[in-house]
Amino acid sequence: MKVSELKVQDKEIVVPGDVLADGMEYLPASGTYREDNRIISARLGLVHVDRRLIKIIPLSGRYMPKRDDIIIGKVIDITIGGWRLDINSAYSAMLSMKDATSDFIRKGDDLTKWFGIGDYMVSKIVNVTSQNLVDLSMRGAGLRKVKGGRIITVNCNKVPRIIGKGGSMVSMVKMATDCNIIVGQNGFVWILGTPENEAIASEAIAMIEENSHVSGLTDSVKEFLEKKTGRTITLSIPTNEEAAGEFAGESNELH
Amino acid sequence: MQVNQMSYTKRNDGRKPDDLRPIEAKAGVIKRADGSAYFRIGNTWAYAAVYGPRDLHPRFLQNPKTGVLRCEYSMMPFSGMGERVRPGPSRRSKEISMVTEKALTPVINLDEFPNTVVDVFIELPQTDAGSRCAGICAASIALADAGIPMKDLVTAVAVGKVNEMKVVDLNYDEEAQEGEVADIPMAVIPSTGMITLLQMDGIISKDDLIELLKRGTEACQKIYQIQKAALKDRYKGGNNE
Repeated sequence: MKVSELKVQDKEIVVPGDVLADGMEYLPASGTYREDNRIISARLGLVHVDRRLIKIIPLSGRYMPKRDDIIIGKVIDITIGGWRLDINSAYSAMLSMKDATSDFIRKGDDLTKWFGIGDYMVSKIVNVTSQNLVDLSMRGAGLRKVKGGRIITVNCNKVPRIIGKGGSMVSMVKMATDCNIIVGQNGFVWILGTPENEAIASEAIAMIEENSHVSGLTDSVKEFLEKKTGRTITLSIPTNEEAAGEFAGESNELH
Repeated sequence: MQVNQMSYTKRNDGRKPDDLRPIEAKAGVIKRADGSAYFRIGNTWAYAAVYGPRDLHPRFLQNPKTGVLRCEYSMMPFSGMGERVRPGPSRRSKEISMVTEKALTPVINLDEFPNTVVDVFIELPQTDAGSRCAGICAASIALADAGIPMKDLVTAVAVGKVNEMKVVDLNYDEEAQEGEVADIPMAVIPSTGMITLLQMDGIISKDDLIELLKRGTEACQKIYQIQKAALKDRYKGGNNE
């Protein structure tokens, strides 16, 4: 058999149609397809080679709902069975009454007593069907309606970078600005603090999003925060802070 | 018919028969869109914006098996060579919207996104022939920029025969040349050489057509490199993490 050959380097940017590898030794994973003996990229992104598997880490594209993701959603409708939420995706999500609260909801009760239209909530995806019908749940640590603060929208592919390794990036922003920040996997970010600090935090997050593929990002963000807040930041080894804060378990891939 | 005493032997802008007009392409030019691009070839400028995948309404247009691609081609009122182009859909722009959609559909794969739509809007602020080809080139960059799964990009160019001269990438003066002119816009999937758009105005012999298609496919390879570079440029600047 002919020897298989990798045509690209790990972490290289590829576009649809680029040949990634020649030969049957390599296996096509997400974002790639095989044609004859070759593996070809099917989307714009970074190549990731994991032994024999070749996949593409996307740099753009809308959020695709995934089971067990913790996201922030906005209530857009109230139906007989519960609430419909916009989750910054092609699909909206349903939050049924029984998954929403442990309160007893009387038949015919006004559901706006719990969540009204326009409310943002931190929730968890419990199921996604083949037709991409999404079910949410509010049962779990840190899952709640958020009050006050502001919501900013970021590219969902940059979320792992914003969270950082073990939540390091977001905890740095939190520490520097004294803001409470929750990053949803779908790209909605909730920030609560004083108005000035909220502005600094959202600026910092926009900066991370913009420069997510540049190396030495942590240092430049640190510098930015120090300049804006006028305090020195010591980079600590990330510890597991409160569960609601960063969802560190979800971050990874890009690192 | 009275033909000009001199037939067309030299291109009016000094290009060689296989030369393309200067091309410039850039991805990510429209901030609020999910993906966008502009593509300029000579004096023809095309902007493309992609939105989606997103919810499709009215519901009867939804396809539960796959997502739907929808294209809209539109020339801006001041973009033409002569009179003001009336805004809004016309017979011509509807046709071009449809052929653009059919030229792009073979490469994109929306199976992951049932019941949704991907909208592509193509706007031309200025035109000098070859606008549907520029639109397709811009749209395929924009679709890739939006992270839509696709087999390959699509590249398009016009070929034709102006009097006795076979040329690639006609401009407006060549299209409007007196005498026999054939204008053939074509779109190609560069990696396979498959043709996804083929239209023609005028008359041409079979042999000439075959030769022109070959030359057009070669020209598409050059445009393909520019399209790829435009996409890679967007994320340039240290991807070494």
